[in-house]
Amino acid sequence: MATSATLSRTSAFFREVIADTPTDPHLEACLQCGTCGGSCPSGPDMDHTPRTLFAMIAAGMREPVLRSNTPWYCVSCYACVERCPQDIHITDVMYTLKRLAIKAGYASQSSAARAPGFSQTFIDHVENYGRSFELGLITRYYLRHRPLDALKVAPIGMGLLKRRRLDLSPRPIRQLDQLKAILERAREIDNAKSA
Amino acid sequence: MRYGYYPGCSLERNASAYHTSLMAVAERLGVEFAEVDDWNCCGATEFIAVNRLRAYALASRNLALAADQARSTNGADPAQLVAPCSACFLNLSKVDRYLEDSPALAADVNAALAAGGLHYEAGSLRIRHLLDVIVNDVGYEQIAARVNSPLRGMRIAPYYGCLIVRPGFRERFDDPEYPTSLDKLMRVLGAQVVDFPLKTHCCGGHMTQISRDVALELIRRLLKNAADYQADMIVTLCPMCQLNLDAFQESVNEQFGTNYRIPILFFTQLMGLAFGLSPAAVGIGKEFIDARPALAKIGAAAEPAAPAPKRKPRRSDQGLPLPQMPEEEQP
Repeated sequence: MATSATLSRTSAFFREVIADTPTDPHLEACLQCGTCGGSCPSGPDMDHTPRTLFAMIAAGMREPVLRSNTPWYCVSCYACVERCPQDIHITDVMYTLKRLAIKAGYASQSSAARAPGFSQTFIDHVENYGRSFELGLITRYYLRHRPLDALKVAPIGMGLLKRRRLDLSPRPIRQLDQLKAILERAREIDNAKSA
Repeated sequence: MRYGYYPGCSLERNASAYHTSLMAVAERLGVEFAEVDDWNCCGATEFIAVNRLRAYALASRNLALAADQARSTNGADPAQLVAPCSACFLNLSKVDRYLEDSPALAADVNAALAAGGLHYEAGSLRIRHLLDVIVNDVGYEQIAARVNSPLRGMRIAPYYGCLIVRPGFRERFDDPEYPTSLDKLMRVLGAQVVDFPLKTHCCGGHMTQISRDVALELIRRLLKNAADYQADMIVTLCPMCQLNLDAFQESVNEQFGTNYRIPILFFTQLMGLAFGLSPAAVGIGKEFIDARPALAKIGAAAEPAAPAPKRKPRRSDQGLPLPQMPEEEQP
């Protein structure tokens, strides 16, 4: 018999999600009220609403959760976090699920398969230059991940160029070596923990 | 007044109109924004999706640089770091807050920063959004005193977007569901502020690149809401919101058969115009949807802009009559 209205935290997957989220997201406090899905701008396009996803996490349904497009359709607007009566860090949980989906190799198979490619292309540019480089980001992202859609974005790209709203070459920061050393050390620390 | 300034990647080029107008307005108000030397990207919403510790270390390098710079220039004042971009503001405040909440995370981040000879003590900076500083530190009275070309007759929809008052990791200065500080600021400039129920709804963020249909629908709702209230323009405070509503407005028109022509400007551009600065001095002309027809209302446009091209209606009206929502016909 259930002794509480909140989620069970006994599944291994539930503990995995909590352990990989930066501060305690209070996920076990979820009442399954559905305020999150009701507040979500992309909720109707998600495979599962956040509420459903959290019940699935508690039930240990690791693979279906990590194959869901839901985390990738999260727009990071924090509307759900603001309204959650239990103060659950929903956006942070979505970030955790994205990382776990990439690690498990499921991300490229969800219906939002292009999202990880976009994130990775963005990150590559920041790691190489220290700052975002939009022209490189859109050209490489479309050529590598969505060549057929490149024509659709071309007019907007041209419009940005015409209005001098895109740099033609990246603007690397001065102390790029320092940034790279910091990021490399962070990678080592992360690897040592997950080993 | 002197603040540390973190412009963020967008303000370098894509939203350079925001930067240009801010600097012009700051000079009039006697506020100094000292750019953090050699800052890097805050990580946007992408970095954290792939690697947790690297994302926190990336943002923390900026905090360490800003705190060091504040110590070396004005040690007496509490160091304040101002971000004009909502996403930068959110990321920097969130990292600062989480480093304070989780000593384990702070230890890992500082171990990474040490590889670059840096260190950051959580909570040593006050991280604030530009709008907060403008309305609460400079204040409405000081701003009103500078207005010499009031924006009379201009109907403005004030658009806050998501991250400025939500979820309030640090320095929440307005209501998360229905903020009003930008409304008041626009009234002080002499404009007429329309009710804008969707003022904190999401512009779609990066979804234009992930799922175009999802993004265009979110943008359509905002444009329709502003058009329903007969706004002459939407005023924003975030480069992402400006880009999505402005550059993708034609795509929305194509997708939904609408004919929206609503200019999207930054609030600092409107401040500059009300202070008597020329449209060029506040970066007018960078927008996709020409702002000049709307600005002609207040006599701020030097030359009349060419009339907007009329779109051909999607369906011929010769066919069978189809039910149509009356408010969907014309913006």
